[in-house]
Amino acid sequence: MSFHLMPYADLDLSVKDSYRTVWVVLPNSYYDPKKGHALYNRYLDELELCAELGFDGVCVNEHHQNAYGLMPSPVVMASALARRTRDCRIAILGNAFCLREHPLTLAEEHAMLDVITGGRLISGFVRGVGSEYFSFGTNPVHSLERHQEAHDLVVRAWTEPGPFAFEGKHYHCEYVNLWPRPYQQPHPPIWCPSMGSVETLEWAAHPDRKYVYLQAYSPVEAVARYLNLYRELAQRRYGYEASSDRIGWSTPVYVAQTDAQAVDEAREHIEALFNVFLPKQSELMFFPPGYMSPESLKRALAAKRGHKGGVKIEHLIERGIMICGSPDTVRRRITECHHLMGFQELVCMLQFGTLPGDLTEKNIRLFASEVMPAIKTLTDRNYRGFELPRVAAE
Amino acid sequence: MAFVRHTIDINDCKLSFVRGGKGAPLLYLHGTDGLAEWPAILDTLAERFDVIVPDHPGFGASEAPAWIDDVSDVAYCYLDAIEALGLSDVHVVGQSLGGWIALEMAVRSTHRLRSLTLISAAGIHVKGVPKADIFMIDPEEHARLAYADPTKGAEAAERAGADKYQDLAILNRIASARFGWQPRFFNPRLERWLHRVKVPTQIIWGDGDRIIPPAYAEAFHRLIPGSTLTMIPNAGHLPHVERTPAVTQAMQSFLRN
Repeated sequence: MSFHLMPYADLDLSVKDSYRTVWVVLPNSYYDPKKGHALYNRYLDELELCAELGFDGVCVNEHHQNAYGLMPSPVVMASALARRTRDCRIAILGNAFCLREHPLTLAEEHAMLDVITGGRLISGFVRGVGSEYFSFGTNPVHSLERHQEAHDLVVRAWTEPGPFAFEGKHYHCEYVNLWPRPYQQPHPPIWCPSMGSVETLEWAAHPDRKYVYLQAYSPVEAVARYLNLYRELAQRRYGYEASSDRIGWSTPVYVAQTDAQAVDEAREHIEALFNVFLPKQSELMFFPPGYMSPESLKRALAAKRGHKGGVKIEHLIERGIMICGSPDTVRRRITECHHLMGFQELVCMLQFGTLPGDLTEKNIRLFASEVMPAIKTLTDRNYRGFELPRVAAE
Repeated sequence: MAFVRHTIDINDCKLSFVRGGKGAPLLYLHGTDGLAEWPAILDTLAERFDVIVPDHPGFGASEAPAWIDDVSDVAYCYLDAIEALGLSDVHVVGQSLGGWIALEMAVRSTHRLRSLTLISAAGIHVKGVPKADIFMIDPEEHARLAYADPTKGAEAAERAGADKYQDLAILNRIASARFGWQPRFFNPRLERWLHRVKVPTQIIWGDGDRIIPPAYAEAFHRLIPGSTLTMIPNAGHLPHVERTPAVTQAMQSFLRN
């Protein structure tokens, strides 16, 4: 699958000298709608190209008030793609239902998309990154509670005959009666993209849900840890064996003719992503109070503390945060990782940071012709298999 | 002065407080940092008052049951606690978040209250006068902003930097967000009921407060009938810590009358 963040790639990177972050507080005077017009259309072309070249799906997501990802409404982008693609899945990875005062607006829009596309929608449920609680004002202390309650409301709205009343703590609706109902039965597949949160894993792996858990770009050992934790929770806590089609990994990928050329071409653009687009005003802007449990917060901050200073592409490749190289290298790397982790869903970010249109298109074409055919054949037979660790991980 | 820790159960909320001293009851309600740093002024007050200092629900050693959603719940909780402890004629002293809680109590019932002292209190919003967004900045910067004196600010920042990942600091930030995230540290419905504060009220503010600017002191002074206002020179958001003698003097002369 091909994922796009749709960053504001034309950002004047010198803002880094005056602003600590491109999130929430960077004045929108730095956004030029004329350049934005070209970028949106270019990015949609790139996703449409992926669909043409045989990717299983095209993926969009939601972020607010920043230059990092310019899809405050991924539904708009998914709608644009709905009529320009025929066979591939359209994945919203995801929408933050719990940020809304009324999650049913999104439930309706997802149902519309699913009906228009004849059931090609994948619905990602996310809580939004921490800074979005600054943008929206939603209280992060209630984030997890609202997320779960919004989910219950939306899934009931998608599946139960209406009208019915929903009586929750955060959402109370006298009339729930969705027109249209979703095309897929009982409802579109639900995915849980995450930067790595035990709370999300426990919730996604629950036998009532068994949702696809998608680990967003992280060092490969962290990816392996979280993906294995899904399998471990399933087995140890919930007493079932998680199948590999519940396990997904999302990562930036860059392919060029040779390893050296790939590093050379990707360098400034991926480094811009990590050094300009990602940094936050303060550590706590990304992890506002109550957004995660104190234990998860301490783990997350400890992991972040290693990242101070400028990030180099060599470091990203070495730690497995991105995959970059010749077709042979990229194929081999993905096959190795699959052998270790057994994911059945791979979501590739083929444009990142400031990567321009020509290099993005070259990357997409090379990936589709030289890498994709081989990795589409990977199944559980190529996975080393899951062994329950003797000591529980969490 | 020795303070002794107690716990009281209010509607399934285990409320932890320390109590020390002799005299008329005085309830001290802390700000967003909790009681991680004990204000020395409480020891002085305990020489003349029965000083009761709770951890707000979710802060320090007090629990935060799921039913406590906002400051009005905390206010009812403390009104219940005053009743349960059999107290009357209580002097309530609240700083910052604690001042807001004190006001939410007073607009509901002043039956068992004797007076109100608001030190750099939150609770209302003055249009066009933003408060510092303490959630947007790091704890070090927050600590620096809390003092008017840069040297004291730098010392506090160092302590905050060392403590910010400690359980207590994390817990207190979560509890602060629970009550003060949205809208930031005010209740839009409070202002219209401030005329119900029918006990003598003293407002104390640092003239160099960069967290809740002194314009809020003037607004409270205008909105609370018969209130008095004491501006403390060269003090920030924690005037009772930064200028302890001046605040002690202002409080003692107010509480004596």
